[in-house]
Amino acid sequence: MTTTPAAETVPTAAALALGDDALVLSHRLGEWAGHAPVLEEEVALANIALDLLGQARVLLSTAGDEDQLAYLREERAFRNCQLVEQPNGDFAHTIARQLFFSTYQHLLHDRLASGDGPFAPLAGKAVKEAAYHRDHAEQWTLRLGDGTDESHGRMQRAVDALWRYTGELFQPVEGLDEVDWAALERTWLELVTDVLGRATLTVPEGPRIGAWSAGAGRQGLHTEPFGRMLAEMQHLHRSHPGATW
Amino acid sequence: MATAAARDTAGSPTVQETPAGLGDPAEFQRAFDAAVADDERIEPRDWMPDAYRATLVRQIAQHAHSEIIGMQPEANWITRAPSLRRKAILMAKVQDEAGHGLYLYSAAETLGVGRDELLDKLHSGRQKYSSIFNYPTLTWADVGAIGWLVDGAAITNQVPLCRCSYGPYARAMVRVCKEESFHQRQGYELLLALSKGTPEQHAMAQDAVDRWWWPSLMMFGPPDDESQHSAQSMAWKIKRHSNDELRQRFVDICVPQAESLGLTLPDPDLRWNEERGHYDFGAIDWSEFWEVLKGNGPCNEERLSRRRRAHEEGAWVREAAAAHAAKHRNDETGATRA
Repeated sequence: MTTTPAAETVPTAAALALGDDALVLSHRLGEWAGHAPVLEEEVALANIALDLLGQARVLLSTAGDEDQLAYLREERAFRNCQLVEQPNGDFAHTIARQLFFSTYQHLLHDRLASGDGPFAPLAGKAVKEAAYHRDHAEQWTLRLGDGTDESHGRMQRAVDALWRYTGELFQPVEGLDEVDWAALERTWLELVTDVLGRATLTVPEGPRIGAWSAGAGRQGLHTEPFGRMLAEMQHLHRSHPGATW
Repeated sequence: MATAAARDTAGSPTVQETPAGLGDPAEFQRAFDAAVADDERIEPRDWMPDAYRATLVRQIAQHAHSEIIGMQPEANWITRAPSLRRKAILMAKVQDEAGHGLYLYSAAETLGVGRDELLDKLHSGRQKYSSIFNYPTLTWADVGAIGWLVDGAAITNQVPLCRCSYGPYARAMVRVCKEESFHQRQGYELLLALSKGTPEQHAMAQDAVDRWWWPSLMMFGPPDDESQHSAQSMAWKIKRHSNDELRQRFVDICVPQAESLGLTLPDPDLRWNEERGHYDFGAIDWSEFWEVLKGNGPCNEERLSRRRRAHEEGAWVREAAAAHAAKHRNDETGATRA
């Protein structure tokens, strides 16, 4: 882990926000193992999950002990956005979530990598991974949107269902002052609009802010499925206090 | 590599060309036998006996099926792995298994069968997968026991397959064995951490080894006198050692490893035999083996249903990909769309 930023210079809030995003999405993708529609996707989804877990480990380690942070915090202390905690749903839901998140993550890491902030070294590595994740999500958005009537319908429903979690992505994260969030959001909208258009899908008209107020995940306000996800993730670790694995 | 006889008989039909009525079938058989005898590799375009082809299709397909069904017992613990390091290792391992499945389906396809056809046979129960994956993973330690014992047994079986007479299978095995050895060490290291951990962790490790030991010994297949395919497979150099030889080799490797793990193996008859230079071990419960093979193991139904469900639920995705590809087949060349 040569890309670990020097701990003393890293804003903890930012490390937690970015680290929790990667941790939680990685976990969701891990749930696909053995369930993917085609063998190649078993490989691809696990590959993306592993990249994200690697990012999470670096980020959480800068904020403290990675396992303590992952396994011993309760729901209200997690700082991930609500988008990444959304259940996998069908393959279209997983792909829509990947499209929205990987486009965001690619733009964000690209910005951070070109700066001289503490996250630049990490972002430099993550940006390459995010580019691959984004390409994977875009290709599948095109295949599903511009595939059969059924896949088109499913992809549109997924895009519509997850749209309201995308506004939160652009609420400024404490400690990432170098990021122009409004510009990031404009670029994100352009890119996503372009992909959806090429996939013959409609950009949803609904609001881009979810059930809670803006930035809710970053403040530890999550959606109901998240608590259940954490219960499963943390159960074994919590059952053996102080043990090493 | 073409068979030696094919290269040596310039002017006569080579083994790659086997049109009906051309050349002497006995000639092809002789060329094949000579190539096998000389330890040459048989390649996809070489002539081969129908039964050799059929045996390989069966064995490689079942090997591929085992890789993908084998993802399930381990994937069962991905979401509950107790540390992020362990979670990453387990995810990488399950991903490797999907990759091994892909190599092996490709190897099987060189024999003229399609992956879809083989998957159909798996889903309909007409082709089998390794009986070991019909056992449940009940605790985290099972992930370690699978790595140490199940992958260990698989490697013992597969290393000789790297010299198998069929080239594509042998080459797939070289790649698979490298990754499997890595998984096996990781499993061992996982168990070691548990064994040296808290009393609860140690007990968890011992319990897992107690449950996985005998099923792992069954992975080598029935005893030599009951193994229906063995003699022919050995003659064809698909197999290099008998089931019982490989099983003995595995036991001999595991006993000292169990000692250094600080764990015991659940066999009161296990002891060193100075005269044989091997460990003696107790009788395997073959009735359990045959029951599991017949579909009556603890997880047979669940494993197959889950695989079928993943395939059925993914049908619309595969159809979408095919429809999209058909619509855009000509995009690259600038031709008009269908």
